[in-house]
Amino acid sequence: MTAEPLGQHRRTPAGIRLRDRITNWGLPLLGIVAIIALWWLATVVFSIEKYLLPSPVDVIYAFAGQAGFLMEQSWVTLVETVQGFVLSIVVGVPIAVLIASSRLIERTINPLLLMVNAVPKIAIAPILVVWMGFGQLPKVVMVFLLCFFPIVISTAAGLRSTPAELVELVHSLNASKVQAFFKVRFPYALAQVFVGLKVAISLAVIGAVIAEFVGADAGLGFVIVQSGASADTPLAFAAMTLLGLISIVLFYGLAALEKRLLPWAEEHR
Amino acid sequence: MIQLKHVSQVFNGRQGRVHALENINLEVERNEFVTLVGRSGCGKSTMLRMVAGLLQPTSGTITVAGEPVTKPRRDVSFMFQRPALLPWRTVLENVLLPVEILRLEKAPHLRRAHELLELVGLTGFEKRLPHELSGGMQQRVSLCRSLIQNPNVLLMDEPFSALDALTREELSVELQRIRMEQATTIIFVTHSIEEAVLLADRVVVLSARPGRLRKVVPVDIPRPRTLGHNAHADRVTEVSAELHELLMPAPMGDIA
Ligand SMILES: Nc1ncnc2c1ncn2[C@@H]1O[C@H](COP(=O)(O)OP(=O)(O)OP(=O)(O)O)[C@@H](O)[C@H]1O
Ligand SMILES: [Mg+2]
Repeated sequence: MTAEPLGQHRRTPAGIRLRDRITNWGLPLLGIVAIIALWWLATVVFSIEKYLLPSPVDVIYAFAGQAGFLMEQSWVTLVETVQGFVLSIVVGVPIAVLIASSRLIERTINPLLLMVNAVPKIAIAPILVVWMGFGQLPKVVMVFLLCFFPIVISTAAGLRSTPAELVELVHSLNASKVQAFFKVRFPYALAQVFVGLKVAISLAVIGAVIAEFVGADAGLGFVIVQSGASADTPLAFAAMTLLGLISIVLFYGLAALEKRLLPWAEEHR
Repeated sequence: MIQLKHVSQVFNGRQGRVHALENINLEVERNEFVTLVGRSGCGKSTMLRMVAGLLQPTSGTITVAGEPVTKPRRDVSFMFQRPALLPWRTVLENVLLPVEILRLEKAPHLRRAHELLELVGLTGFEKRLPHELSGGMQQRVSLCRSLIQNPNVLLMDEPFSALDALTREELSVELQRIRMEQATTIIFVTHSIEEAVLLADRVVVLSARPGRLRKVVPVDIPRPRTLGHNAHADRVTEVSAELHELLMPAPMGDIA
């Protein structure tokens, strides 16, 4: 018997690779460039005041003027974001495992989770400051509160979505619950976990900024509040641009990690 | 090797009770190849799952190697209709899954895995992921996985039914060859009369709901058998015709 000829999809001609590159990187870049160009055009054509809407050039000047300071503040916000995000994974995944392991636990915990999630986060922010002061802690907690829910929900859903045939396979091998979990159910859930992580990371930066708005002495949110008070709109825009960059970098970092860890999951997308 | 005594299975479904199987008595010899045919829904999968220990009979007893079956045994392996491969594991890692779960010795089974993969023509594909393989190749991997623990009993639930006719025949021939090399008792569920005759020492025919044992047809055709031209074509046709009559509902009258 002869097997089918070798699958040939590993061979990617340079042409196709180039086209992939362009669609992966070129198109998003083109979108950004177009928006900036429009923005610039608008400020020039309608000669809008700088403190209302600064042009891209003003923003770049604002950034260049205080580059060191802005990078420091970016770092503060980035660290808060990542800490809160990691915390929500460390806490959220085990809770999801508990929820997926028994209907009883799920029924007990779910209403609680929903309640906590239903509380408007902006409303808690000042209370967190009262409780924890102006340091990093309330920011990390705020990020955690925003990220936690999507991570728990997606992980639990993933753990429950093991295909029937794999469940049957595990049973037929008389595998223990622990073996079934680590060899089949958890790896299978990972694709879903990443869906939750991507949602969460987009919320994480927002969480950090909300907390900084309410009470902080550092971070990009703090910079925005300060520049708003002194009508330094170009600086506020520079800070917002940096926030956007942080968000994008974190999101694509996560996507790249997913691609590395779960090359097989791409088929299902 | 396998014994079913007065085995019945009743499901309590949402639509009331379903008598899936009623009073099945069957004995399968060591190293015998039995195929199980019957109309859809007559309880073939149910019977196999009971022998595998995945499901307890409502009444009656099942023994494998003289011991009553209460849970899945390590010397019994199950092959499903779908490949059921783990998408993040390579071909080789998938084949070795039972070795890890049953905590068998690594080195000899690794060698065995390579042998089995060679036997089904998958040498060179060990590092591939399942989604990079065709359906037929995936099912070959699944076959290797069900053989890696060197089972005494192999239960196969329509393992080739999702494949095209040629691949299916190819795999049937491979299965016979593997069985010559490694003696195994096999119960094989199929919808295909051809496949049943090609593979079986005996064909067990189940009647439709509730599933009862209709008839056991011995197939005394020398091996190896193929579906192409051979010296026993007449005998194959004869047995196939008999099975066909057993499975089709009786005609309402002579048409001619
Ligand atoms: N878990 C279950 N709960 C309720 N009814 C069931 C269950 N499993 C099977 N049945 C019923 O038992 C009968 C036999 O099912 P089974 O899957 O064994 O049939 P089968 O012969 O394998 O059919 P097919 O050839 O289509 O695979 C069917 O009527 C089915 O609806
Ligand atoms: Mg079936």
